[in-house]
Amino acid sequence: MQPNDATQAQDTLDGYNFAYLDEQTKRMIRRATLKAVAIPGYQVPFAGREMPLPYGWGTGGIQVTAAVIGPDDTLKVIDQGADDTTNAVSIRRFFARTAGVATTERTTQASLIQTRHRIPEAPLTEDQILVYQVPIPEPLRWMEARESETRKMHALEEYGVMHVKLYEDIAHLGRIATSYDYPVRVNGRYVMAPSPIPKFDNPKMDMMPALQLFGAGREKRIYAVPPYTRVESLDFEDHPFEVQAWDEACALCGATDSYLDEVVIDDAGGRMFVCSDTDHCTQRTASREAAE
Amino acid sequence: MTAAAAMDLSAETPLLRVRDLTRLYGDRVGCEGVSFDLWPGEVLGIVGESGSGKTTLLNTLSARLEPSAGTVEYDTRDAGLTDIYQLSEPRRRLLTRTDWGIVHQNPRDGLRMGVSAGANIGERLMAVGARHYGNIRADALDWMGRVEIRDERVDDLPRTFSGGMQQRLQIARNLVTGPRLVFMDEPTGGLDVSVQARLLDLLRSLVTGMRLSVILVTHDLAVARLLAHRLMVMKDGRVVEQGLTDQVLDDPHHPYTQLLVSSVLQV
Repeated sequence: MQPNDATQAQDTLDGYNFAYLDEQTKRMIRRATLKAVAIPGYQVPFAGREMPLPYGWGTGGIQVTAAVIGPDDTLKVIDQGADDTTNAVSIRRFFARTAGVATTERTTQASLIQTRHRIPEAPLTEDQILVYQVPIPEPLRWMEARESETRKMHALEEYGVMHVKLYEDIAHLGRIATSYDYPVRVNGRYVMAPSPIPKFDNPKMDMMPALQLFGAGREKRIYAVPPYTRVESLDFEDHPFEVQAWDEACALCGATDSYLDEVVIDDAGGRMFVCSDTDHCTQRTASREAAE
Repeated sequence: MTAAAAMDLSAETPLLRVRDLTRLYGDRVGCEGVSFDLWPGEVLGIVGESGSGKTTLLNTLSARLEPSAGTVEYDTRDAGLTDIYQLSEPRRRLLTRTDWGIVHQNPRDGLRMGVSAGANIGERLMAVGARHYGNIRADALDWMGRVEIRDERVDDLPRTFSGGMQQRLQIARNLVTGPRLVFMDEPTGGLDVSVQARLLDLLRSLVTGMRLSVILVTHDLAVARLLAHRLMVMKDGRVVEQGLTDQVLDDPHHPYTQLLVSSVLQV
């Protein structure tokens, strides 16, 4: 917990309910969430509210977080793996001010993690909840524009078109080039968009001990993967699912097993690879320095 | 007639049994009181002028438009003759995707324009569970050859194809799962005459080779004569005359059929 967070925890905003949303709205979102947990991967419509930030900035995730957060929770917010980018900072401060909860950047200390585009590298536990911000919840959308039809396709398990998309990748590029928002099948039933996380993170979703909740604000959908649920990435028998790999190690902490961002450092073609998960990188660096 | 020899005359149950099929649009009649049997390997032509109810009838037969009255029974592989409108929706959709094919007049209605030719052909295979890329692609290439599209076009989008090629691609996409019954709505409409002739040739050899049953809607009597074993002539939503194709066209009995036959330009 950072010191300025502690002071903010004392004075939450006057005139606002705990965690911004009114209790009836939270109740409605919790009901949708319970249904989503009961039917893993199924998109539950909910009456999404206007939030004090634009669509696309995490209005879905923030509503789910507001509905499940309690005074005793410790919140971590990440954006592309980082705790210190605009989106993460503003959402973390939003809950520090409206709910007065403790916040942290440490994955292991958080009880509730709202994320955009990454799953933390540190394994999550049964005591944690991971909330994803989702721009487009419908994995079939790129192949079928009609909502009435995609709902029917989900209901009847007609998922052939998902493989048409992967087929196109292989036909044109020689491999499955989809690298983020890689479609998964949850509990052997519903095909689900894992939100735009890199496919590097897909295997972490499988049998994860933590509860995973997904909120799409513009599309007004909530879906979920309960703890210890099978999550399989779609693939072909002769083109199995595989994750990204790098030749380099993280330039800061030397990690070879984490998701790396390529950072351009000058205008002469210089670049470095660093962990996208800032907490993971910081912890590794700290423990290495402690050992020395 | 040599084509008739391909028909399976030994079959005991028809592939499709239609009784008193009626579709109303409010007070107006789409089609009314249509009854017929379609046997395995048979090509049935439905002819008539625009607005005579041909397409309504075809849509009702192909499970896309619920009838107001009457039954459409199909000889399913597991349960024999079954009313297709009594089937559960998943089974009906599975049936239309595997055992049936639908060739639209406009290939844009039947093709997925945003994905390559190979993916168009492979879609039905993937829909019924094919998960081996190499096999799917081999099947797609095989079918490209059978409908006379060159192999190197397999990764091209259908919108870069000519009208005739699009139509052939649509046929390949439908036939890849080995259907038993294909519905065709004016398959040669909008194509020029030489392309039409090649397409008809191709259709004829595919239909005979795969022993397909076909219900063919057309306003072009020449197409009907080339492909259809049997003809039904429709006017104002009713079947006014039916019989063997040559019989109907050479010796029309109903005044409307006579008019239709006599209005074809003789070149």
